Amino acid sequence: MMQSSLSALFWRELRIARSVGGGGAMGLVFFLILVSLTPFAIGPDLNLLSRIGPAILWIAALLATLLGLDRLFQADADDGSLDLLLTASTPLELIVVVKCAAHWIATALPLILASPLLGLTLAMEPASLGGIALSLLAGTPALTMLGAIGAALTAGLRRGGLLMAVLILPLATPVLIFGVSGAAAASGGTVPFHIPMLILCGLSLAALAGAPFAAAAALRARDA
Amino acid sequence: MLKYANPTHFLALAARLIPWLAATTALLLIAGLYLTFFVAPDDYQQGSSVKIMYLHVPSAWLAMMCYVIMTSAALGTIVWRHPLADAAQKAAAPLGAAFTLLCLVTGSLWGKPMWGTWWVWDARLTSVLVLFLIYLGLIGLWRTIEEPAQAARAAAILTLVGVVNIPIIKFSVDWWNTLHQPASVFKLGGPAIAGSMLWPLLIMAVGFTFLFFTLHLMAIRNEILRRRLRRLSIDAAHAEEQAEATA
Repeated sequence: MMQSSLSALFWRELRIARSVGGGGAMGLVFFLILVSLTPFAIGPDLNLLSRIGPAILWIAALLATLLGLDRLFQADADDGSLDLLLTASTPLELIVVVKCAAHWIATALPLILASPLLGLTLAMEPASLGGIALSLLAGTPALTMLGAIGAALTAGLRRGGLLMAVLILPLATPVLIFGVSGAAAASGGTVPFHIPMLILCGLSLAALAGAPFAAAAALRARDA
Repeated sequence: MLKYANPTHFLALAARLIPWLAATTALLLIAGLYLTFFVAPDDYQQGSSVKIMYLHVPSAWLAMMCYVIMTSAALGTIVWRHPLADAAQKAAAPLGAAFTLLCLVTGSLWGKPMWGTWWVWDARLTSVLVLFLIYLGLIGLWRTIEEPAQAARAAAILTLVGVVNIPIIKFSVDWWNTLHQPASVFKLGGPAIAGSMLWPLLIMAVGFTFLFFTLHLMAIRNEILRRRLRRLSIDAAHAEEQAEATA
C-alpha cells in the first residue's frame, strides 16, 4: 500500500516537472545560458576556458539546481496538497526522498547529460568531459537533498526563493569544492581521480541519510 | 534552577545579573586592553602588529562558542518548545555574526602585514566565512517568518544542520595544509605561546566571553518583551475589532 502511494507520488512529480511551467526543461535552459554567458564575461581565451571549465560547469549546475528547488514544496503548499501529504500515513521522510528523487531525475539528470557537450564549447579535454559528468552525477544528489531542507524551511514564505539560496549555498560549499577538484583531477594533476569522487559520494550519501529528517521536520514545523 | 525557565522569573534574574555582568566585562576589557598595549611584548618578527591577536583570537573563539550555545538553544526549541530557548536562539544569531565579522576583519588586517595579502582562500578562512554566511542566513530566516514560534523551529533546524561546520572550522588547520597557523593555545603538551602573551590573551578572552553573556542576556530580555508586546497588540486589535462588531 505504502509502496504504491509512493510510486504514485513519484510519477505525479515527474508529470508535473514535464508539464509547462514545471521548471524541468527551464533549468536546463538556464544552465545553458549560464555556461554560455561566462565566455562573454572572461573573453574567448580557450586555454583559460579549458582550465576553469569544470568550475564554470559546477557553478552553473549549482545555480540551475537551486533554481527549480524552491518549487519543490511551494507548489504543494499553495494548492493545499502539502497538507494532504502531511496527514498521510506514509512517513513524511519517505515522501521527501521520493519528491527529491523525482526532482533530481527531472532537473539534475538533464544537466549531467548536457555537461560534456557544454564542456566541448569550453575547450575541455576528453578526460575532463567524462570527469565533469561523473562528478556531477556523484555530487548533485547532495545538492538536491540540501536544497530540499531549504525548500522545506521556506515553503509558504513570501520571497522564499532568494532566502532559500542564501540558506543553502553556504552549506553547498564542500560539494562544490570536491566536485570541481574531481573534475579537474580527471585530466591529470596531483590528486588521484577517485579521492574527490569518493568524498563526493560520501557527501551525497550523508545528505541522503540526514536531509530527509531535517526537511520533514521543517515541513512539520510550518504549522505545528 | 527550573524556576528560571519561567520567563517572568527569568526577567527578574536578568535584571539582577546584567549590571554585575556588565561591570565585570568592563573591568576585564580595560585590564585586558591595558595589558595588550602596555605590558605584553612586541613579537620579535611581527613587531607591534601582533597586538591584533588579542582581538582576533577571542572573537574567533566567541564566534564558535556562540554557535554552540545557539545549537543547544535550538535543541531546547525542538525538544521542549520552550519560548526561552527560542529567545536565546534568536538573540545569539546577530551576536555570533558580529563576532565572526570582527574575527574576519581583524584577521584580514593582520594578514596584510604578515602574509602580504588581505585574504587567502585557505580552509580556515573559508570555513569561517561560511560560518558568517550561515549566521546571516539565520538572521534572514528570523526576519522572514512572522510567527515567532514557527520562526524558532525553522531556525533551529537550520542551526542543527549548520553545526557540521563547527568541527570543520576547528580542525581545518589540522586536516589541510593552511596558511593559517594551527592551534597554539589549546593543544596537547601545553600552549605554544609565551606566558607574557598568553595571560593578556586569556584575560581578553574571558572579557569577550563576559561581553557576550551580557549582550546575550540583554537581547533575550528584549526578545521576551518584544513577544509580549506583540501578544498585547494582537489582543488589543482583537478587542477593537469585537467592540466595532458589537457597536
